[in-house]
Amino acid sequence: MPVAPQRKLSAASAPTAVGARGVPATGTAPGAWSGAGSRQGFGATERGDAWWFKPVLQAAGLIVLIGYANYAAFLGAAHYRYLENGRDYLSPFYSPYIHPAWLPVWLSPALLILVFPLGFRATCYYYRKAYYRSFFADPIACAVGEPRQAYCGEVKFPFLLQNLHRYFLYAALVFLVILWIDVVKAFIFSAPALAAAAPAVTSALGLHAAREAASGGHYLAIGGGSLAILFSTGMLTLYTLSCHSLRHLVGGKLDCFSCAAAGGPRHKTWSIVTVLNGHHMAWAWWSLFAVCFADFLVRMCSIGVIHDPTLATFRHLLEMPNRSLSLLR
Amino acid sequence: MNAGATGREVVLRVYRGDANGGEEVAYTVPVETGMVVLDAIHWIQAHRAPDLAVRWNCKAAKCGSCSAEVNGKPALMCKSRLDHFPEGQPITVRPMKTFPIVRDLVTDVKWNYEINKRIAPFQPRANAEWRWQQSDIDRVQEFRKCIECFLCQDVCHVLRSHELKHQFAGPRFLVRIAGLEMHPIDGADRVPFLKDTAGIGLCNITKCCTEVCPEGITITDNAIIPLKERVVDRYYDPVQRVWRAITGAKDGT
Amino acid sequence: MEKFEAHEHDVIVIGAGGAGLRAAIEASAMGCSVGLVCKSLLGKAHTVMAEGGIAAALAHVDPQDGWQTHFQDTMKGGSFLNHWRMAQIHAQEAPDRVRELEQCGALFDRTPDGRILQRAFGGHTWKRLAHVGDRTGLEMIRTLQDRGVHQGLDVYMECTITRLFTDGGRIAGALAYWRETGRFVVFRCKAVVIVTGGVGKAYRVTSNSWEYTGDGQALAYDVGAELIDMEFLQFHPTGMVWPPGVMGLLVTEGVRGEGGILRNAQGERFMWKYLPEARRHEYAADEAEARRWLDAVVEGRQTDARRPPELSTRDNVARAIYTEVKEGRGTPHGGASLDISYMPAERVKKKLPSMYHQFMELADVDITQTPMEVGPTTHYMMGGIRVDPDTGAATVPGLFAAGEASAGLHGANRLGGNSLSDLVVFGRRAGAGAASYARALAATPHIADDAIEAETRDVLAPFERTSGESPYGVHQALQECMDTFVGIFRVAGDLERALGTLETLKQRARDVRIEGSRMYNPGWHLARDLRNMLTVSEAITRAALLRTESRGAHSRLDHPGLDPALGRVNMCVTKDGEAMKVAPTPLPEMPAELKALFDAGAAGTAAAPAAAAPATAAAGKAS
Ligand SMILES: Cc1cc2nc3c(=O)[nH]c(=O)nc-3n(C[C@H](O)[C@H](O)[C@H](O)COP(=O)(O)OP(=O)(O)OC[C@H]3O[C@@H](n4cnc5c(N)ncnc54)[C@H](O)[C@@H]3O)c2cc1C
Ligand code: SF4
Ligand code: SF4
Ligand code: FES
Ligand code: FES
Repeated sequence: MPVAPQRKLSAASAPTAVGARGVPATGTAPGAWSGAGSRQGFGATERGDAWWFKPVLQAAGLIVLIGYANYAAFLGAAHYRYLENGRDYLSPFYSPYIHPAWLPVWLSPALLILVFPLGFRATCYYYRKAYYRSFFADPIACAVGEPRQAYCGEVKFPFLLQNLHRYFLYAALVFLVILWIDVVKAFIFSAPALAAAAPAVTSALGLHAAREAASGGHYLAIGGGSLAILFSTGMLTLYTLSCHSLRHLVGGKLDCFSCAAAGGPRHKTWSIVTVLNGHHMAWAWWSLFAVCFADFLVRMCSIGVIHDPTLATFRHLLEMPNRSLSLLR
Repeated sequence: MNAGATGREVVLRVYRGDANGGEEVAYTVPVETGMVVLDAIHWIQAHRAPDLAVRWNCKAAKCGSCSAEVNGKPALMCKSRLDHFPEGQPITVRPMKTFPIVRDLVTDVKWNYEINKRIAPFQPRANAEWRWQQSDIDRVQEFRKCIECFLCQDVCHVLRSHELKHQFAGPRFLVRIAGLEMHPIDGADRVPFLKDTAGIGLCNITKCCTEVCPEGITITDNAIIPLKERVVDRYYDPVQRVWRAITGAKDGT
Repeated sequence: MEKFEAHEHDVIVIGAGGAGLRAAIEASAMGCSVGLVCKSLLGKAHTVMAEGGIAAALAHVDPQDGWQTHFQDTMKGGSFLNHWRMAQIHAQEAPDRVRELEQCGALFDRTPDGRILQRAFGGHTWKRLAHVGDRTGLEMIRTLQDRGVHQGLDVYMECTITRLFTDGGRIAGALAYWRETGRFVVFRCKAVVIVTGGVGKAYRVTSNSWEYTGDGQALAYDVGAELIDMEFLQFHPTGMVWPPGVMGLLVTEGVRGEGGILRNAQGERFMWKYLPEARRHEYAADEAEARRWLDAVVEGRQTDARRPPELSTRDNVARAIYTEVKEGRGTPHGGASLDISYMPAERVKKKLPSMYHQFMELADVDITQTPMEVGPTTHYMMGGIRVDPDTGAATVPGLFAAGEASAGLHGANRLGGNSLSDLVVFGRRAGAGAASYARALAATPHIADDAIEAETRDVLAPFERTSGESPYGVHQALQECMDTFVGIFRVAGDLERALGTLETLKQRARDVRIEGSRMYNPGWHLARDLRNMLTVSEAITRAALLRTESRGAHSRLDHPGLDPALGRVNMCVTKDGEAMKVAPTPLPEMPAELKALFDAGAAGTAAAPAAAAPATAAAGKAS
């Protein structure tokens, strides 16, 4: 009478062999334990809420900002820098500015460097989520049917390259240093420019400014563009320092902080990055927006559409001789 | 029982059926104050359909038994308040779609237990000292909050839509592996397993698992991505590979 | 007769909670083939819901602690009705079992010097509860579960045992059905370990789940085992009372430990009125002193202030709330108000995270702003299968038991945290006991085919009937009866009425009719469980009738005092033909060296029902 036992959960068994060519294998037979979900067509769901709203909004946001970035980088090379009125504003898309002699005129210098920030964002864990959802519909929203059955996640080329994210992070950290130098430069105005830019102010400042202008000195000042560039780099910094790979590298890779060498400081650093990382998505959007905004402002100033306002000057606080400044410039 | 009667009624459209098919059946249920979907299901059992199949235990979001899809979203029925749904509209309750249906709201989740068995168990490092700081385990304690409701497995598109149970272990078990890998004195190495058996590369970090986890475990950011980074350390980071080849060092230091 | 699946194991463990897993792991480590059977999915047993912690005299936080004090606390808590040997083994072995959990991968909260942290709890003299936030049970069951599956246990989940079989008085096996398919399974084995937990589902207001239908107690009773202490059912003082859907859901003792104040509808802090005279000196004399105690707890320093009256023992607080409500001073939904909102919101959220969310999500109450409404809820069965303290052997050869299903450790009242330690200490011993027994037995006993057939017919009978009511109605009537007549306060008249009602309910349960198929049919499952609930309900009622005194969790309005003579006996329930027999059996005598502990401490006598705790002890969070 007894029939074969079927349903018991028996003792642990070794996993079966790895699947072919790097495809993982859990040891489950293909097609076993299948549920109703795999038979649902694209968009099929019982969800009654506006599940499509977020992916559409996200797609729109990405298209607009990336579209602008492309325009700025490839077509807008003429107005990437604003060097008038004592200012030196550099669009973050063009920093660090490298323009070798061999570069044909029709090619934007941004191309040389943009591969790094672009790669950084393209392999960023957050942006991956965003474009997998909004552009690949993989999935378009949670518990909603998908357009394709075939799927290989990130185990095959080109998506396998996502694993190189940390190298883009290293580049991004180097870029950050350069971008911060740009910020400093955006706050240092040259004196003759002041005289030219704001005659009213000059006359109010009187002799002192005139003397300074004559000496060609530099001084601290805040213009609209300076703030935009500060904002852009600030956001980029938060975005970069909240990177998942960084979180791993500074301490996440440890199993036991208190047992590791320099475990205390590493735990501290890891904790700080962890807090920032909690808002990584926010920094991703804000930084993208801020970079575009800074570029936009520089561009508009350069074209002459916008007149960059001077918000404050601190000529008494910092008067720099040309020499020290030339190191920066 | 009538103390909390509100005089209102709600229509529940409950999936009734088994492997051979089924359909949603509408039941009108009197609403009590603070009622959750599971209460309504129990009311239906007691008054309309004694054979309505459903799993539950604690009724307090602690055991992870009552997983289902309420209005299309994977959720615990004992945590889904009726008054949080738009009034006057029917509420659909369906079984999880990633697993084979047994009957009505009950699905066969044994696959999860099969996968769990394949994960190398906790293995203390030789002559480890059984002392560590709270700060060493805060991270792991988050993972150990898991109540095995399998809602994350249900919502994960790799399992749900692409039906890759033969290639991917699912978020629940990545969480579990994270809990073991980051245990301060565990010495077993599950990194090859992660890549070749658990299929961590198939996760495209789209975070649906995190969205549905009733325990609020930040599955993707805190468990999966850190594990992906460990897999990168081992397999995809050329500099580290060279470094290890030269120094003979292990990763994770 | 239909075809059925059959499995043979040395040991069958019925129940996969903390006790079941620990027993199975032990038996399997001793080389036995073990089958672990449970009604729910693996890892969903009641143990998963335990919050507060596991009691063990590790002495990490309070170095004064030791097994002797733990032993004394347990005995005092149980009004000296505990089996002294169980209390001794428990206190001595709990620390090793906790360390063992850690060695299996459990991650307890840590002290600053990196050891297992311990928190204070009602009735425990020192800070003693190892814990993981407010989810200790989850940590424990997950740890054991993972250990178990890697050790080669065969797990049969969603498989309900309906009967044990014997062969010449020895255990021979069991019959079960798969809940999923409704098909039968026969287990042939040499030994059975019953670790099925409690009986709370016989009551309407309970913190227990559908699984707690007294299956193990009834299964054992049916094959002739003795049940003792069935009258001692713990009512936890603080369960939710509103909204109706969550009535009975536990509000952890930790709320009071963190300073929760109980008030009636008139705003009176009533607990002072209810402190037993003999123990009044252990509690704060007034609001000011209670506040000083609390401030010291918050700041984590020692104080000479005594604890607030809310931290009286569970039985006492439950009776107090019940009385206030009964006398018309209850809150709108029939409870007392438990107020923690005067404490800083941040602290409440940090110390009681799951309570905060539980009330926020299920009752729309922000406990940092408004008081909670609470009332007693059926929580824990102190009584159960009588076992040998060292081996867990029941009075039937081949039958073993541990955990909530067994009796003896807790006596008349259980201290918080003593259950989780009970599970691992006696789970391990019962597993070892069963394994030794099974190994000594040459051949697996035989199960007669007609016994199997008779049982399958019986289980399927409700499908055959063409008329009859649904089991849900009978279950409701049973809960009504037990809530009303066999609740916190009992009187002879009520108990007798309950016995009458139970008789008619038994008949109704025999006649229920089930519709639908055998596949995952909860109505059918309930029909089976009803039989067990009725058996244990009758045992509770009969034992309660016989115990004409008030002791621990058992309060008789018609016998409000302690009866020293009854303090020397356990009420023992056995099956006598078809009838239930209850008779007092003598309590084992404590050896002199253990008795001396109490004389030396002079903290309590056999007549002192409640546990002592010094002013510094604070109940930690959770139950
Ligand atoms: C809300 C709550 C909070 C608690 N908090 C604490 C605390 O902080 N500290 C503490 O020490 N204690 C606490 N307790 C008590 C403690 O959790 C339980 O007493 C303990 O978990 C019981 O464990 P067990 O192993 O005996 O049974 P359980 O864990 O309940 O397991 C019973 C098992 O038996 C199985 N079973 C039952 N009947 C059958 C059958 N017929 N066939 C097959 N299988 C069957 C079930 O499926 C289950 O697997 C709490 C209890 C509750 C309800
Ligand atoms: S984040 Fe990864 S594991 Fe989680 S649902 Fe998405 S694909 Fe699945
Ligand atoms: S990780 Fe969260 S969603 Fe997944 S099984 Fe655990 S508790 Fe459920
Ligand atoms: S993860 Fe987004 S930048 Fe690294
Ligand atoms: S019943 Fe336990 S999680 Fe819902």
